[in-house]
Amino acid sequence: MSDNNSALLLKNARLIDAGQNLDEKADILLVAGKVAEIAAATDAPGAAVLDLAGAWVMPGAVDMHAHLREPGFEYKETILSGARAAVAGGFTSIVCMANTKPVNDSSAVTRFILEQARSAPAKVLPVAAITKGMRGEELVEMGDLAEAGAVAFSEDGKTVANSKLLRHALEYASLFNRPLLCHCQDNALFADGVIHEGQIAAAHGLPGIPTLAEDIDIARTIMLAEYLDVPVHICHVSSKEGVRLIKSAKARGVKVTAEVTPHHLFLDERAVVDLAYSEDLAQSLKPEQLCYNTATKMSPPLRSTADVAALRAALADGTIDVIATDHAPHEATEKAVEYDLAPFGVVGLETALALGLRLIYEKVLTPLQLSARLSLTPAAILGLSDRGTLAVGKAADLMIIDPELKWVVDPGKFHSKSRNTPFAGWQMTGRVVKTIVDGEIVFTL
Amino acid sequence: MGFKRKDLLGTRDLTAAEIRALLESAESFKEIAERPLKKVPALRGKTVINLFFEPSTRTRTSFEIAAKRLSADAVNMTASTSSVVKGESLLDTVDNIQAMAPDIIVIRHKFVGAAHLIAGRINARVVNAGDGANEHPTQALLDLLTISEHKKLEPGLTVAIIGDIAHSRVARSNIWAMLTLGIKVRVCAPPTMLPRDLDKIPGVTVWARPEAALAGADVVMMLRIQLERQDRLLFPSIRDYARVFGLNRRRLDLAAPDAIVMHPGPMNRGVEITSEVADSDRAVILNQVSNGVALRMAVLFLLGGQGHE
Repeated sequence: MSDNNSALLLKNARLIDAGQNLDEKADILLVAGKVAEIAAATDAPGAAVLDLAGAWVMPGAVDMHAHLREPGFEYKETILSGARAAVAGGFTSIVCMANTKPVNDSSAVTRFILEQARSAPAKVLPVAAITKGMRGEELVEMGDLAEAGAVAFSEDGKTVANSKLLRHALEYASLFNRPLLCHCQDNALFADGVIHEGQIAAAHGLPGIPTLAEDIDIARTIMLAEYLDVPVHICHVSSKEGVRLIKSAKARGVKVTAEVTPHHLFLDERAVVDLAYSEDLAQSLKPEQLCYNTATKMSPPLRSTADVAALRAALADGTIDVIATDHAPHEATEKAVEYDLAPFGVVGLETALALGLRLIYEKVLTPLQLSARLSLTPAAILGLSDRGTLAVGKAADLMIIDPELKWVVDPGKFHSKSRNTPFAGWQMTGRVVKTIVDGEIVFTL
Repeated sequence: MGFKRKDLLGTRDLTAAEIRALLESAESFKEIAERPLKKVPALRGKTVINLFFEPSTRTRTSFEIAAKRLSADAVNMTASTSSVVKGESLLDTVDNIQAMAPDIIVIRHKFVGAAHLIAGRINARVVNAGDGANEHPTQALLDLLTISEHKKLEPGLTVAIIGDIAHSRVARSNIWAMLTLGIKVRVCAPPTMLPRDLDKIPGVTVWARPEAALAGADVVMMLRIQLERQDRLLFPSIRDYARVFGLNRRRLDLAAPDAIVMHPGPMNRGVEITSEVADSDRAVILNQVSNGVALRMAVLFLLGGQGHE
């Protein structure tokens, strides 16, 4: 054994790693930032030792959908605060979407992000815009951006409405093996909608966003990818019909992947008028805070119970490949306004893993499936071959989870600068107790 | 007294007993309008602020008259004179108003939930005078008061509400209150003005054509068509809307022989309702306006008057 000065031995872990199809008791040795050995029992003289006493070890989660707001909106979040929130939630790699100010549409902005990320505890992966200024008119310099470190291209928050332009974006990006992450939305159908077009919108007169607004654009995006035979990734699928479109495309061999957010898996439209409809909130909100709470406003919106059921089934059967947070921080006063006027988006980095564990407790996913949806598959889609699994030789990026630890979501304790979560007061079981990036402990509860 | 809430934000959560208490109280205030001196001292020394973020003449005037007949000091704040134009948030505006210690705030706002937002923030009592397409409880209550002058408010009564249901707070508040009283509600609108999934709400039936919705109805409630919606592609032309959905004599004949005709105003004569019908003895549209004052006196009185403090 070589130099064990920078070595860390995790003893008595339950290692759950979809990349190796492993769910068993193991000792894991990390040396020089990489996984050096996995064995039923091993020793490493000179290595620091952590006895995990049966705690879970999973590859660090990879969030392929987060907004870190820097540059431009540092009052909502910074790369540093976002990365701290990430590691507190078990995410060791996170993308940062391009809708900053200025937009990440040039290698200068990409390099700035990477520079800011040097002191961040998580690995931050810039996603560049598809079009300059996200104006939907001309393509960004994809070659230059890819070389500077952009891992993907996305117009997230918007769609590229011009189908010819989207076609060229898909074609050109494929040159560099960078996926397009598509926020699918037909703007005319979306109109001035603020919640799901369904029973709650009908009863409360809130402008509705039909699932159709999303489904039509998913269909268009899939058709382009199929025609061009290039990969495409669909962001935050929220509807039953979207699931059906993706499932049938996959069956035809289209290179389409898709993600779902935790909030779309755990909440439906009823939350808009009763935040406590599904959950006894340990930390009680005032009654008037339960109705029209803007922490339930995001795009796409919380859908119907039938949509939630379809999303859960799709996540289980692999039609949906990835859980991504769509972490979208907003400052409190921006959300403390009339529902129509509030910005879309909720934070998610610090609640996603606990909600993922709930999916295991609720028998929606197995632990191995959760590991695939949170780590292995998103890393693969983003072309990150050094992570997403803890096979020997891979980056020592992992989370240690106490699966029985009970805790209550208290937004006041978030590492994120923003508090806009619909899960305040939820009683969770299971939490990240330590996060390790490149062999270094970057978070301890 | 059967009404003990801090605020009146909507009819959705009101019980039948609360609705009847409000109507009963309104009944007793009707007679004040007949007096030579139309004033009682019930709310003397109380401050009522009419906070209107949307233009409204009749609702604001109705609340103002109601407050003044109760001897309250009524102050009107409208969006054009408020600080909204300066970019102040609603909650900041409300905090400033709270600092002036009003007793009751009557709010009209273009967005759903605005009244609920301020009710959670302020000690004063809040009356929702319309929030977006959500609720307009005093309108529904004055409509019920008007219906009660002609019909018994009881199960079996059939009301047809015809017009732009999707964008109508009047329709919603009426639907909730009527369902609570066991009244049958038929709604009818062009499909473009009918909210998706409205038919999934128990007790509401949805009708595509006015002829079918009107058949045998005891009460016909026509909604104002907002002409600017034509720009939003919701209907092809005023003329077409009037032809297909307008209430004329011929269509009214399909309703019960003693059916009454209502309209929350302001009317577009010749569009959703012909002058022949609007001016006929079947129309109770001006009674609605008179009853509006009495009903709003009752609301202000029950929220701000005796029994509290």
